[in-house]
Amino acid sequence: MKYFARVEVKLKPGHSDPEGETTGSLLRELGYKIEEVCVSKVYTILLEAQTHSEARNKTEEMCKRLLANPTKDNYAIFIEEAQ
Amino acid sequence: MKREEIRVCLLRVGGTNCDSETQRAFQELGVQTENVHLNEMVKRKNLMEYQGLVFPGGFSYGDYVRAGAIWAKRLIAKLGNELKTFVEANRPILGICNGFQVLVESGLLPGFEGMSAYPEATLATNVPQGYNCRWVHIKNENKGRCIYTSKIPRGEVLRIPVAHSEGRFLFPKQKEQELLDNLYEKDLVVFRYCDNKGEYAEGLFPSNPNGSFHDIAGICNPEGTIFGLMPHPERAIFWWQQPDWTRQKNWPRYGDGKIIFESLIRYLVKKG
Repeated sequence: MKYFARVEVKLKPGHSDPEGETTGSLLRELGYKIEEVCVSKVYTILLEAQTHSEARNKTEEMCKRLLANPTKDNYAIFIEEAQ
Repeated sequence: MKREEIRVCLLRVGGTNCDSETQRAFQELGVQTENVHLNEMVKRKNLMEYQGLVFPGGFSYGDYVRAGAIWAKRLIAKLGNELKTFVEANRPILGICNGFQVLVESGLLPGFEGMSAYPEATLATNVPQGYNCRWVHIKNENKGRCIYTSKIPRGEVLRIPVAHSEGRFLFPKQKEQELLDNLYEKDLVVFRYCDNKGEYAEGLFPSNPNGSFHDIAGICNPEGTIFGLMPHPERAIFWWQQPDWTRQKNWPRYGDGKIIFESLIRYLVKKG
């Protein structure tokens, strides 16, 4: 089976997000009433796995080994079957 | 070992820079260097033929994922065993700028309990945000553990340039103080950002150019043989690299970066 794993890597709460702050300040200058902008990174990975849970486990391992640094990053994984 | 017998490997990949400047610095001090691409090293597997290893600055693999992350993981995947042998033999490894990011991402620094499986710290996006290229002052905080500062008196201030976008040294928020205490207990803090009089930057820009926690500019491992720093000592070797050399009448021949390389060479000569 083929699966799409969508991984969102974002900063843990309490870590400053200079990219988000800079973007937010410009959006305010453009007239938008916003409270906060948080920047995250999204990876969409097409992978082969026997089951949904195997696809999740493999993706979890990828996050730990490369995609996220546990010092500052949280990550969320969304798995769906590829059509 | 005689100085001229020492061989240092400058490892490079796509996107590294300042490898030539680093090579020039070693050459000036009479040490042999070789600039080797990672792929070439993977073929040769002869890392142990070198007495020292340097990860230069730059933007390896485009700094994709996180600065230094791809190089770090590829290094472990392709050269993990050789690297482990090199580290266990207490052979020195220097990481400058992107090289520091590689050492942190690979788990070699701080390496409280040896090389860690996952990074124990990070070099995050600068605060204030953006690429920062400027001369900064750093103070030697090390009590003698780090072999790269053995010739620098404790408390001495050096002037060396930084050039990076991701240099904000951080620990996990909930363990910040505990890990900082651990750094001091093991004498792993090497350089902190300060002003030209040696007063700590206290997180304030521009003395602290990136918002680093505790003004940390460089740390070493518990053996003192692996050292990473964000400033570029190889860009502060000669008098003509200084930003104000035209305004000085009697400029010393060398800049402040030289003593870091000299300290490393002293260790290698003694180690044999």
